[in-house]
Amino acid sequence: MSWFQFATRHRASIASLVVLVFPLVMPFTALAVNILIYGLYALGFNLVYGYLGLLSFGHAALFGTGAYLCGIAIVHFALPWYAAIALGILGGLLMAALIGVLAIRTRGIYFAMVTMALSQCVYYLFYQAVDWTGGENGLRGINVRVIDIFGIKLNFINPLTRYYVIAAFVIAAFFVLSRILASPFGAVIEAVRENETRAKASGYDATVTRLITFVLSGGFCGLAGALQALHLSIVPIEILHYDTSGVVVMIALLGGMGTFFGPMIGAAAFLLLENLVSVWTVHWQLIVGAVFMICVLFFPAGIWGTLISRGKP
Amino acid sequence: MAGLSLDLIALQLFAGLALGAIYVLFAIGLSLIFGMLTVVNFAHGAFYMVGAYVGVYILMLGGDFWICLIAVPLLVGLFGVAVERVLIRPLYGRGIDYPLLLTFGLSYVMVEFVRIAFGKTGFPFDTPEILQGAVNIGVGYFPLYRLFVIGATATVLLALWLFLEKTSFGLIIRAGARDPQIVRVLGVDVARVWLIVFGIGTAIAGFAGLLAAPLQGVIPEMGGTILAEAFVVTVVGGMGSIGGAVLAGLLVGVVVSMTSLFAPEMAKVSIFALMAVVLIIRPQGFFGRAGLMS
Amino acid sequence: MNKITKPGSISRRRLLTTVSAGAALTVSPFRINLLQAQEATIKIGFPVPLTGPYGTEAQDQVRAGQLAIAQFNDAGGLGGRKAELVVRDDKLNPGEAATRTLELVEKEKVNFVVGSLSAAVQLAINNVTKERGIIFNSISQSDAINEAADFSKFTFHEALNPHLTSGAVGRYAFSKFGKKVAFLTADYAYGHEMVRGFLDVGKAFNIENLGDIRHPLGTSDFSTLLPRIQALKPDILCISNFGRDQQIVLKQATDFGVKKTTQIIAPLLSHASRVAAGPQAFEGVIGGCSFYWGIEDKFASTKAFNDAFRKMYDGKLPTDYGALGYGGVRTVLTAVKNAGSVDTDKVIAAMEALKYDFYKGPQYYRKCDHQSVQSVLVIRSKSKDMKNESDVFDVINTDEPNEANLRTCAELGHKS
Repeated sequence: MSWFQFATRHRASIASLVVLVFPLVMPFTALAVNILIYGLYALGFNLVYGYLGLLSFGHAALFGTGAYLCGIAIVHFALPWYAAIALGILGGLLMAALIGVLAIRTRGIYFAMVTMALSQCVYYLFYQAVDWTGGENGLRGINVRVIDIFGIKLNFINPLTRYYVIAAFVIAAFFVLSRILASPFGAVIEAVRENETRAKASGYDATVTRLITFVLSGGFCGLAGALQALHLSIVPIEILHYDTSGVVVMIALLGGMGTFFGPMIGAAAFLLLENLVSVWTVHWQLIVGAVFMICVLFFPAGIWGTLISRGKP
Repeated sequence: MAGLSLDLIALQLFAGLALGAIYVLFAIGLSLIFGMLTVVNFAHGAFYMVGAYVGVYILMLGGDFWICLIAVPLLVGLFGVAVERVLIRPLYGRGIDYPLLLTFGLSYVMVEFVRIAFGKTGFPFDTPEILQGAVNIGVGYFPLYRLFVIGATATVLLALWLFLEKTSFGLIIRAGARDPQIVRVLGVDVARVWLIVFGIGTAIAGFAGLLAAPLQGVIPEMGGTILAEAFVVTVVGGMGSIGGAVLAGLLVGVVVSMTSLFAPEMAKVSIFALMAVVLIIRPQGFFGRAGLMS
Repeated sequence: MNKITKPGSISRRRLLTTVSAGAALTVSPFRINLLQAQEATIKIGFPVPLTGPYGTEAQDQVRAGQLAIAQFNDAGGLGGRKAELVVRDDKLNPGEAATRTLELVEKEKVNFVVGSLSAAVQLAINNVTKERGIIFNSISQSDAINEAADFSKFTFHEALNPHLTSGAVGRYAFSKFGKKVAFLTADYAYGHEMVRGFLDVGKAFNIENLGDIRHPLGTSDFSTLLPRIQALKPDILCISNFGRDQQIVLKQATDFGVKKTTQIIAPLLSHASRVAAGPQAFEGVIGGCSFYWGIEDKFASTKAFNDAFRKMYDGKLPTDYGALGYGGVRTVLTAVKNAGSVDTDKVIAAMEALKYDFYKGPQYYRKCDHQSVQSVLVIRSKSKDMKNESDVFDVINTDEPNEANLRTCAELGHKS
C-alpha cells in the first residue's frame, strides 16, 4: 500500500511517536506542552469544522469550561487530579451540549455568530462568579506537585515528567478520535457534510449527528482545558474570551482542516511562530496575521493538507 | 434609587441615541457588505480604527476636523476598494468562510501596522472648538458634540437612502441584495458592484471611527470591542438590511444606556444575551433574509 | 529582547580551573567550585507587558531595571559575579505570563523573578514561582498578592497598592474639598480595592457617600453614567479606574462639564496616561502616585537615580513605572550582596532585614506580607509653568511611609 494509506491506517500511532520525541526538539518544555494542549484543542475543533463543515466561533467556551471545572475541583474541593480531569472532560461535554442544543438549528454564518454570542455570555458569567473562578484575577492555586498512579509517585514539577503525563492523555485522545472517525458514525459525519439531503434520505438525522459531533468535540476541548489548568497551575479568564476561539480557528486552518495530523501541526506552527517572532520583534501579530492571510489565499488546505495533496498518488 | 427622575431617564435616552448612532454607522457598513457580498467583514473594526487614525494624521499635517469629515471616508473607502480587489475577490466561490477568515487575519495585520506607524499608546483627540460644551436640551445639559454625532449620522443615512432609492446604481444594489443570481444574469458587472459596495461600507466605518475619536480618544485596539457589539446589531437587525441595522443600532444603544442606569455590570451581558435569543428564535433578525445557508 | 550567552565565559572558566589545577598539586573541590561559581551570572527574570497598551510603561521598566543591573555590575557585582536581566514579554496575559515564567525558571534557570504590571499577571507569575521556590518581587500595583491565599515566603511586593494610594489621596481631598462624595468605579478587582481604600479613609472624615456607580472594564462611553453622577451634585467625584478607562472618562467628564462643580480625584495618576490623554482631560485632577522625578529636590537618592538614568538614556527622565522596575531589581540585588550569596533563604532573610532608600526616600518590607512600606505622593496635573516636557504634575502633598496606612496583617488573612 502507498505511504499515504499506511499513514492513515496507523495515524494515531504515528502521531503518538512524534509526541514522544517532541520535547527533545523544542526550545523549552513548557512550549512543547502548550503545543500539545492547543493541538488537542484544535483536534476537538477540527471535528466540528474540518469533518462536519460547521464554523464555530465559540469553542473557547468548551476549552475554558474544561479548564475551570478541573481547577475548581482542585482548588475548592481538593479532589485528586484524575477526578479533576474527568470533571474537565465532563464540563466540556455538558457545555457543548448546552450550546449545541441552542445553536444547532442555525446554519452557515449564523452558526458562527450564535456560538460567538453564547460563548461571550459564558465568559461574562464566569467573570462575575468571582468566588468560584477568581473573576478577573483568574483561578490560582491549581498546584499539583505529585501525580500518584497506583503507588508510583511522579514529580509533576519536573518539566519533562509533566510533559509525558500530559502527553499520555493526548495520545489516548488520538486513539479515541481515530476510532470515532473510523467508525460508522465517522462515515455519517462525512455524509452529512458532503450532501445533507442525501444523508437525510438515507435515514440519518442530520441535526442529531451535528449535535453529537459537537458534544464529542466538547469532550476533547474540555480535556485540553483541564490539562492546561494543570500545566499552568492557573486558569486565566482570557481563556473564555473570543480571542481564544479565534486562535483555534487560525490553528486549524494553518494546519489543515479535515485532516488528522493537521491540528497538531497547526498548533506547532502557530505557537512556534509566535514564540520565535516574539523574541525577534514585538510586532509578532503582524507576522502571524500575514502568514494566516497567505494561508487563506494560497494554501487553504493548510500546511499538512497542502503537503498530502502534493504527495498523494 | 437616588436621583431617578423623568429628566434623568430622558437624558439617558438621549445618551443612548448618541451611542446608538455610532453603532448604526458601523453596522450599516457591515450589513451592506454582508447583504451584497455575503462576506462577514471581520476587519470592519480595523477600518473604523484606521478612519480615526487617518483623522489624527490629517490633524498632524495641519488640517482641521472639517476636512477630515470629507477626506477620511474617501481615503478609507479607497483602501477598502484595494482590499476587496486584491485580497477578497480571489476567494469568491470558495465558500462563505474564507472571506471571513481572511478579514480576521487582516484585522491583526492592520492593527499592528498602525501600532508600528503611530505607536502603542494612542492619541488624545480634541473635540473641535465649535462643538465643545454642553447645551440645554430641556431635560438637562447634553454635550453639543454628541448632538452633532446624531446629526451627522442622520445625514449619512439620508444620503445613503437617496443613493439606494433614487439612483440606478442604488437600484442594482437593492436588486443584488435580494437576488444576486438574477442580477448577474441580467448582465450587470457584479464584480464592480461588489467592489464599490465594499468601498462604501468601509468608508462609512472609517467615518464612524472619526466621529468616535473625540468621544473616546484613539488607540489601535478601538476596533475590537465595537466589532463584537456591532455583530449583535447586525444580527438583531438582520444581516443585509439597512433599515434593520438602523433600528437595531439605536435599540442596542438605548438598551446599553438603560441597563447602565439600573445594573451597569449587566450591560454587556444583556446585549449578547439579546443576540443569542434573537438568533435562536428568529435567526434572520428584524428584516434580514431568511434561510441564509452556507 | 536581549539575552545571555557569553560563550567566552565557558573557556574562561576552563582556563582558570586548568591554571589553578596546575598551580597547586592539590586543589580542593571547594576551591574549584568557588571559581566556577564566580563565572555563573546571576539571572533575574523580568516578565513585563512589552506588547499591548502598557508597552511604553513596560519599556521604561526594562530601561530602569537595566540601570540597576549596570550599577550592580559596575560596583563589582557579587564578588565578581555579574548580574543579568532576562527580559520577556508577558503580553499582559496571565496564561502567557505563566508560560514565560516556566521558561525563565526551567530553561533559563533564573535565580529570581521581578516584574509584572497587571494584577492577574502578577498572581499568575507568583503561582509558578512559589511552587518552585523562586523569589518573586512584584512591581504590579495591586492588593491581591499580599493576601494570605496567594502569599508565600518567596513573594515580595515592591510596588504600592490601591489601598495605600486611595488612602493618601482620600486623606488629602476629604479634608479640603467637601464631604459629599460620589464614586465612579471600574467593576473589577482593582476598582473594588480602590473604593474600599477610599471608604475606609472616608469614615474618619465623616464623608457622605452619595453612591458608587460601577462601570464594566473597557467602557468607551461614559455618557450614560455621567448625567446620573451630575444629578447627585457631589463635592468630590472619586473615579477609580486605570489606563485607557481613566483617560476616556476624564476626557468625557471634562466634556460634560463635571469639573465646573466637582473636584475629581483618582487613586492613581500615571505619567504615561497623562501624556496619552493630553493636558485638557487631566487638568486639575488630583491623584496619587508612587514616584515623580520632581522630588529630586527633596531626596538625594532621587537626584542620584534621575542623574544616572539621564546619563544612561540620553537625558530622558524616569517615570513612575520605570522607578518600580529600578526598585524591584535593585532591592533583590542589594539583598544578594548583603547575604553574600544567591541562596534563596539567605536572600529572603536579607530582604526582610533591608532598610533602603534607592529612589524616593526610606522604604522597608513589612514582615507579614513582604509589602514595601513607602511614601505616597499626592499630585495634581498641570499644563502651565512646565520646566520641561516631563513636568506634568505638581506634588501637592506626601504621605510618609507608615504601616498604619496599609491593610493590617490580620485583615489580609495572615496569622501572627
